[in-house]
Amino acid sequence: MTGLGSTPGIVARDVCKSFGSHLVLDKVNLTAHEGSILALLGPNGAGKTTIVRILSTLISADSGSMQVAGHDVVSDPDGVRALIGVTGQFSAVDNLLTGAENLQLMADLRHLGRQAGQRRVAELLERFDLTDAADKPLSVYSGGMRRRLDLAMTLIGEPRVIFLDEPTTGLDPRSRLTTWEIIRQLASAGVAILLTTQHLDEADELADQIAVLDQGRIVAEGTSAELKSRIPGGHVRLHFADPDLLSSAAVLIPTAAPDRDQLVLQVPVADGNVDSLRALLDELHEARITVEGLSIHTPDLDDVFLAVTGNHVPGRLDEDSTLQGATRR
Amino acid sequence: MTTLAYTLTDSRVMLRRNLKHQLRYPSLTLMLVGLPIVLLLLFVYVFGGQLGAGLGAHQGRHAYLDYVVPGLLLITVASAVQGTSIMVAMDMTSGIIDRFRTMAIARASVLTGHVLGSLIQTLAAMAILIGVAFGLGFHSSAGPLEWLAAIGILALFAFALIWLAVALGLAAKSVETASNTPMILILLVFLGSGFVSTSTMPAGLRQFAEYQPFTPAADTVRGLLTHAEVGHHAIAAIAWSVGIAVVAYLWSLSLYNRRRAVEPK
Repeated sequence: MTGLGSTPGIVARDVCKSFGSHLVLDKVNLTAHEGSILALLGPNGAGKTTIVRILSTLISADSGSMQVAGHDVVSDPDGVRALIGVTGQFSAVDNLLTGAENLQLMADLRHLGRQAGQRRVAELLERFDLTDAADKPLSVYSGGMRRRLDLAMTLIGEPRVIFLDEPTTGLDPRSRLTTWEIIRQLASAGVAILLTTQHLDEADELADQIAVLDQGRIVAEGTSAELKSRIPGGHVRLHFADPDLLSSAAVLIPTAAPDRDQLVLQVPVADGNVDSLRALLDELHEARITVEGLSIHTPDLDDVFLAVTGNHVPGRLDEDSTLQGATRR
Repeated sequence: MTTLAYTLTDSRVMLRRNLKHQLRYPSLTLMLVGLPIVLLLLFVYVFGGQLGAGLGAHQGRHAYLDYVVPGLLLITVASAVQGTSIMVAMDMTSGIIDRFRTMAIARASVLTGHVLGSLIQTLAAMAILIGVAFGLGFHSSAGPLEWLAAIGILALFAFALIWLAVALGLAAKSVETASNTPMILILLVFLGSGFVSTSTMPAGLRQFAEYQPFTPAADTVRGLLTHAEVGHHAIAAIAWSVGIAVVAYLWSLSLYNRRRAVEPK
């Protein structure tokens, strides 16, 4: 295997999977290059975990072709297993062992040899800030420490391809940032990373490529910027004290969309265009229409997500609807 | 390294993991070792006087102690494999198994680790029980060769039941089920020649008792330790052990490989 940045770490073509009569994955195509992060974004039940379980050799697909780290998932699963690391949604640690023993167990099973194994264990404990807790049982570990240990165990064999299934679920903001930093470092060291998440900010922050999965289908694909460019541009929301003011403003600005329930006028404005914003406010001022408040909205992945998964009609996005609000129905 | 070498290495690593688990979870280990000892005291001192009166030539409490030790050795096996089943089920409900399954390790090494670990635990528990029995005045006429043969029969029988317990642990939907199902094995010791001679049982039960695996195992060990007739019992005990081991091994592997093949979390 060559370590060139353009080598695909993961190639999946037309992957289908059904559980009984329920179609979970419908001709899914994915490509993740070495040294890059592919985020698989989707709500609960979209099939994210299933594709990870298939590509990491835990379960088999019904059809489709899959290569991971240059090995065929179906015909050479052990070849794949030797080169991948998997961190699932639920911490895959041994609760009756200490942190150091957990890592040593992984080192032994990766056949690193005694000295190399011990060196690697010490190195990872240090890197994940677990040296002080190394010989303590996992019962005293916090959620964040368990996650860090979990990730450290994944990295012990220096995998070429890493699967991270919702790696920051349940983490506090600080641990989340630490995890993000580690993921970035791994990618820059040449590892191909497939990351699943239902947090759009996480995908926005980390991913080189984003694939949006909804009900087993890839409904959108591209970089964060590409996806954002697919939906309507930014707008300004003007808040008014009473319906009369709102009506007058709506007459004054014919391109705007008034919302009479919330007393809000939504005015399209090109991204970050200060001049057009100033002109808009000047116009209102001259017409003696008092604006109570204003908020600027630039399109983000929330909008993309809601637009492409059909949970919302594009152009009528509610400012306050975060992904969590939309998916935890 | 060759595939065989990897299999051995991985199994050794898993065995070490299993032994550490036993040390870190001592309450289970103590319970499994303690139960046969409590039963030994109960059967010798509470029931022993009366049960001993029913024995043939040599009567009394001490004669009953000599009679009942093989039965309690089998209780030790049955009790220990309950622990195996619990440990396997606990393992399967934790995330670490999925991690093992995404690693290039010998497939069955997780199970092999459980089996070897349980075998060591069972042999140690039997050694403790025999020690206690000697302390109470147990007397055996067996020479070193007979002892060796008895230990061999018990180890083989334990090996078979441990694989059966592994399969039961894998098949169980919860740790509670895994803990309850093997209790049937303890009952089987009572429904055989472990505590009383099958000849005293009513016809239907006697037939069942004579054709279930614990009876030839108990008779063989008793024969070896007390210089009584062993005869065809040994062959039956070995045949049962090998049969159970092979079936349970294949069943375990198929359960392990099929596990979670259908459900997405």
